[in-house]
Amino acid sequence: MAKHDLNPLTALGHDLPEVIAIGPYLIKERFDVALASVAMRRGRDKDLAKAAKAAGVPLPAPARAEIVTPYSAFWVAPEMWIVEADFGSHEDIAGHLKLVLGDAASITEQTDAWVRFDISAADLSPLLERLSNLDLASLPIGYASRTVIEHLGAYLIKRRETEVTLYGPRASAQSLLHALEVTAKSVI
Amino acid sequence: MSQVNRISGGQIDRTQSIRFTFDGQPYAGHPGDTLASALLANGVQLMGRSFKYHRPRGPLSAGSEEPNALVELRSGARQEPNTRATVAELFDGLTANSQNRWPSLRFDALAINDRLNTFFTAGFYYKTFMWPAAFWEKVYEPIIRRAAGLGSMSRLEDPDEYDKGFLHCDLLIIGAGPAGLMAALTAGRAGARVILADEDFRMGGRLNAETYAVGDQAGADWAAAAVAELASLPNVRLMNRTTVVGAFDHGIYSAVERVSDHLPTPLPGKPRQTLWRIYSAHAISAGGATERPVAFENNDRPGIMLAGSLRAFANRWGVAAGDRVAVFTNNDDGLRSAKDLQAKGVDVVAVIDCREGGDLLPGIRHLRGAEVIDSGGRLGLKSISVRQSSGKTEVIRVNALGVSGGWNPNVNITSHHRSRPEWRADIAAFVPGAGGPDNLISAGAAAGILSTHGALATGQAQALVVLERLGRSAKPAALPKAEDAPIAISPLWYVHHGKGRAWIDPQNDVTIKDVKLAHQENFSSVEHLKRYTTLGMATDQGKTGNVIGLAVMAELTGRSIPETGTTIYRPPYTPVAMGTLAGRSRGKEFKPFRLTPSHKWATEQGAVFVEVGNWLRAQWLPREGETHWRQSVDREVLATRKSVGICDVTTLGKIDIQGTDAGAFLDRVYANTFSTLAVGKCRYGLMLREDGMVFDDGTTARMGEHEFVMTTTTANAVTVFRHLEYCRQCLWPDMDVQLISTTEAWAQYSVAGPNARRLLQKIVDQDISDVAFPYMGAGNVTVCGGLRARLFRISFSGELAYEIAVPTRYGDAMIRKLVEAGAEYDAVVYGTETLGVMRIEKGHVAGNELNGQSTALNMGLGKMVSKKKDSIGMAMAQREGMNNPAGYRLVGVKPVDAANALTAGSHFLEIGAAPIVENDGGWLTSMVYSPHLGSHIALGYLRGGDQKIGRRMRAVNFLNKTDIEVEIVSPHFFDPEGERLRG
Repeated sequence: MAKHDLNPLTALGHDLPEVIAIGPYLIKERFDVALASVAMRRGRDKDLAKAAKAAGVPLPAPARAEIVTPYSAFWVAPEMWIVEADFGSHEDIAGHLKLVLGDAASITEQTDAWVRFDISAADLSPLLERLSNLDLASLPIGYASRTVIEHLGAYLIKRRETEVTLYGPRASAQSLLHALEVTAKSVI
Repeated sequence: MSQVNRISGGQIDRTQSIRFTFDGQPYAGHPGDTLASALLANGVQLMGRSFKYHRPRGPLSAGSEEPNALVELRSGARQEPNTRATVAELFDGLTANSQNRWPSLRFDALAINDRLNTFFTAGFYYKTFMWPAAFWEKVYEPIIRRAAGLGSMSRLEDPDEYDKGFLHCDLLIIGAGPAGLMAALTAGRAGARVILADEDFRMGGRLNAETYAVGDQAGADWAAAAVAELASLPNVRLMNRTTVVGAFDHGIYSAVERVSDHLPTPLPGKPRQTLWRIYSAHAISAGGATERPVAFENNDRPGIMLAGSLRAFANRWGVAAGDRVAVFTNNDDGLRSAKDLQAKGVDVVAVIDCREGGDLLPGIRHLRGAEVIDSGGRLGLKSISVRQSSGKTEVIRVNALGVSGGWNPNVNITSHHRSRPEWRADIAAFVPGAGGPDNLISAGAAAGILSTHGALATGQAQALVVLERLGRSAKPAALPKAEDAPIAISPLWYVHHGKGRAWIDPQNDVTIKDVKLAHQENFSSVEHLKRYTTLGMATDQGKTGNVIGLAVMAELTGRSIPETGTTIYRPPYTPVAMGTLAGRSRGKEFKPFRLTPSHKWATEQGAVFVEVGNWLRAQWLPREGETHWRQSVDREVLATRKSVGICDVTTLGKIDIQGTDAGAFLDRVYANTFSTLAVGKCRYGLMLREDGMVFDDGTTARMGEHEFVMTTTTANAVTVFRHLEYCRQCLWPDMDVQLISTTEAWAQYSVAGPNARRLLQKIVDQDISDVAFPYMGAGNVTVCGGLRARLFRISFSGELAYEIAVPTRYGDAMIRKLVEAGAEYDAVVYGTETLGVMRIEKGHVAGNELNGQSTALNMGLGKMVSKKKDSIGMAMAQREGMNNPAGYRLVGVKPVDAANALTAGSHFLEIGAAPIVENDGGWLTSMVYSPHLGSHIALGYLRGGDQKIGRRMRAVNFLNKTDIEVEIVSPHFFDPEGERLRG
């Protein structure tokens, strides 16, 4: 951890991440996850697979997420993934990944490009069917996809039947949360 | 008034009473009533005035096809015009008002139009009000608009919220009558994901309005049991109060759920309506059929309604529309109405059956071979004139008449992909044609199968078809026994009698005469007929009138009905409020916001924000005592040029470009060369479109051998990224290039001015002297003792300037740190206005100049287009017309008299030249007041501008009525040699 006196703010503009409960829905802002994109360099599939395996960086199949430690990852495009790690230990996640993956991949820090909300409830359908056109009920656990929520491009990961992760654009964190809140209030 | 017309039975809760008002008069009804059924129960038949002639009108139907009984529902901001009383669910405290009348519904002054009807025939407005032309917009149209039309808007903001959502299913069933319920039971029991949607609040369709049995139960009871079973199946979603309004591509249907329309106001947080997008693998149209009337003279009086609706009011709502009732029919179904009403104890005084011969109804005066030729009664039906088979005419006193001309299957949704319905002579109606939406099939009355048994059987059969296609096995259950009467109809469209008006589309006041006039004037195609007469337009979309209109046209042209054809339906099936389509996107939430990393700090400073796309950027930051924006901007500009200014430039697009071919890739997408750029340096780049016009500009830095960071304009951040992805994926898939946007990942601040380096050196941990970090340098640094950051020595202002980027979460801390470190230099934070002033002083192009119609040459950047390599737009930029020496060139403009303010958009004219297009020399693109120069200055595109430096011209603006003498100067007003930024 770098030594400096700069105070970080969450995407919602506060010192601490927000936790919002609306009826059965729990919306937790996550501020403790570092992100980096890993895009395979052309023709380096074997090199990347080998290096990633050795370093414990999962590279899941299309539309899938793989949640392990220290690195988790979800697929975002052909030969491209977003890798997640604990922010406390991996603030410079791009630096960490470059060390282990070398030049087999193009790696870009994405930590602060996104706001992350973990949303949980016994039944998420009433909320999410009003926000995203993904057919949540039929999706397997570990599914990951792009989707659009109130005009905002987002990634949705189905972690459990009762929990999803949403990654939305950080600068629009308040707008995304607003959409989640008004929708949750309309279905409780 | 008591409920004088309430009779026994019906699916209403008589244990509870509901109070409501109509035109201020209090009435009572029961839960389960619609506004129409409750008003009829209270003896109110007159519910509105017609569109054109202001004729008194009552309900024609009992459902969503209603053309007549349109009311203004609710009051205040929730007032909604043109609401069909036949589908408005009654709730306690409901207020409704009639519309299109003055001063009252019973006495309407504009009923004079009815006397003047010969002037208001179809197309009258195409033929009249032709002279004088100037009168049309100012006089005629306002008068016509005031006289015509139906309800009025409250002009207040809708206080309710609307929602939207997305549903998925194996099978969408549209309509929950016997066919839909049977289909849902069959598919639901087999485990398929089913959505059953019905526009009514009570599922069951016609079973709720009929007396016949299904199995050993009353039809309505069977429907209720079926609904209960379906509700218990987890794979079935029941959606009542939900109208499927449109079929779209790939099995997508839109449906409007009226979540709260049956309540006085929505519950807190709940939407009034939800617009659902339903993704279905298969769909069954089971929307039933709509009865049509037979036209005869004065057939639009209150009390004259469809026979099946008369029956529905009696059976479902326990309402007799009158106490002396007659039925006029051309088919056996009309006879059912007479029988049901008689069984309910209503005095059925006659059945007028146009068909000759056959059995007579027992116990009812059944006139065969007879026709209703006219009716009487000013505000409600009092009598009908009947021409008997003998030719004898008889006036019969009645106050309600049911008319049945046969049933039209609801082919609406099957037509939404332009499938033409097909005529079936045996039922004298159109049925769904071939070529409808993929995987949409019809069942029951919607398919032209008009018996209850037929509905149950085809509902089950079509569900089995779907299950087979889904690969699911299903064992069909035994069908309950139900009536299976054959269709016995003798087509009769209108009664040939007299010269009076006989209505076919009461909502638009279209009569048989209008159809004849359309034919006479050669508007005989059904499409022309519709537009010329307005037949089938407005809220009911001709559900009851269309077929009669085209049948009349067929008769006039001597063609058959299939030859005449029919217009087809488009979405929506029933009217959809604009608010429902807008959903949550309204007001402040019309679109999402993007907030910059310094937003919180800027808000604390009282910054004035401007929308830049979805971004909110600080436009200027007023200080105490400043009363005009120019004071703030002038101060920010002067302070920056004098010492140092700070600006949040996060909004500029940032694209991370990596890969072993990244340099070569940039050579192809930029007009100038990047592969030769040294690591640790950045370069201004110009990007062209394929047509050679300038697309975007910005600086790109080489952070490593195979790693670049591109910046784009704020406006084009997305389009440039999309373009690069297209190039990478489609044009040159063999290149080793990877892209990702990092716009929001980094908080980036410009620090500009003579003291920029001194300020930044207090924050950056490394040496940033001119030697260590020269002009156009770029690199990774650390700040404040170790935070990773990026530094670029680039300048948009013309000053010694840097852009410093830190991870966004530290952006708030960084602006505070920069302001604190800059205090000793009197640093200011400036907004987009100051940014604009300084870039115009420096002659840099921005959005106004990057207008998509300008070349590099126009901008004075022609030399940047490298001919040593191929790049997008390079070839097309060589076209002769784009290299015209006398073409537009970017110039600077100053008023000769510094006191004169220039206006952007002004056009250049030579002094003394007439202000005509031929003399137009170009235009001013951007204008500001330069506090540094003490004058307004502008940039502009001037023909041959590079050869006109020093010339005096005029800047003429007709909109602002300004005509100012200007001097053409270099666009580089400030430090043209660039000494300051290299300092």
